[in-house]
Amino acid sequence: MDAVAQWRNQWFDYTHYLRREGFLDDQFAQLKKLQDENSPDFVVEVVSLFFQDSEKLLNNMARALEQNVVDFKQVDACVHQFKGSSAWIGAMRLKNVCINFRNYCEAQNLEGCLGCLQQVRQECLALKNNLENLFRLEQQIVAAGGSIPVME
Amino acid sequence: MATAGEVLRRNVPESFELSEKELHVLAVDDSIIDRKVIEKLLKISCCKVTAVESGTRALQYLGLDGEKKSSVGFDGMKVNLIITDYSMPGMTGYELLKKIKESSAFREVPVVIMSSENILTRIDRCLEEGAEEFIVKPVKLSDVNRLKNFMMGGERKEKGVKKVQKRPLQVDYNNSSSAPSPLPQLSPSFACNLASLHSSPSSSPSSPLPRCASKRPRLHSMD
Repeated sequence: MDAVAQWRNQWFDYTHYLRREGFLDDQFAQLKKLQDENSPDFVVEVVSLFFQDSEKLLNNMARALEQNVVDFKQVDACVHQFKGSSAWIGAMRLKNVCINFRNYCEAQNLEGCLGCLQQVRQECLALKNNLENLFRLEQQIVAAGGSIPVME
Repeated sequence: MATAGEVLRRNVPESFELSEKELHVLAVDDSIIDRKVIEKLLKISCCKVTAVESGTRALQYLGLDGEKKSSVGFDGMKVNLIITDYSMPGMTGYELLKKIKESSAFREVPVVIMSSENILTRIDRCLEEGAEEFIVKPVKLSDVNRLKNFMMGGERKEKGVKKVQKRPLQVDYNNSSSAPSPLPQLSPSFACNLASLHSSPSSSPSSPLPRCASKRPRLHSMD
């Protein structure tokens, strides 16, 4: 089996793994559909924007939760925005943590919120690593002269 | 006997004959990621896009914060559709919608509201205020295609009746038939229109017609 075929097989295995584990859902495939010759790096750009944005949001959440009197509405607003952004890239697990996070905000449960914040950070890191792996794989396929398979 | 398709096809006003031109969409969203994806969704569907980050900016663009009277944007391009996020700091999408519908220049421009939250009262408010549709984020290509088909004059919906579906059923209702055949699965809008045409008591259907729904969008929830 030649290099391209091997990389493509790896790509299929990896994307199946990411879907199975809930790292990515259908929306990621939707995003890929928007990538074309006019914007060949569209997905990478959106994902990069997401992680930049999430860094800011996570810091805002952390700061808000450190206050003597926590403004849970403010934290909730950040989580809401974060959840929305996660949805655009199909980050299902992140989205789900955000749902819990919002519940804790509504209940004004500081412990719960802090726990969720930590979980969000962990999930973000895991997703970032996974996506970097995926993009690297795709670069290898293209470098070897192949084309990236279409995500179902 | 007119078929359902013919009956429901309406003459499209000239201002909506857009088949030769590109649609110009004004997209309003405070989130940079949302703007980026929505802009791409629209561009890939061959629309011209002007993306702004707030309701205030949108009003500035439309000249509604000033004395402009025409439905031409700041840069001279006519706006065919406005698509706006609901939750934005400062002016919400709902408030923007109200301002647009209050203006003589822009009240005829269709406004679509987007939201990441599927809240019925929110949807109702927007539709009652004159929003064309309410789309739950994340917006998909199929949503944009549907909007585009709608805008290109194919199916204009009646006020107060649920949006007509893209592929109308070809149903022939023969008044003279003695045994009424069971109704196929009809959407409330079709059922409403047919009910008003065929009000003869003899052709009562075997299954009850669904009630007319008030304006309800097709919601595309994330699950």
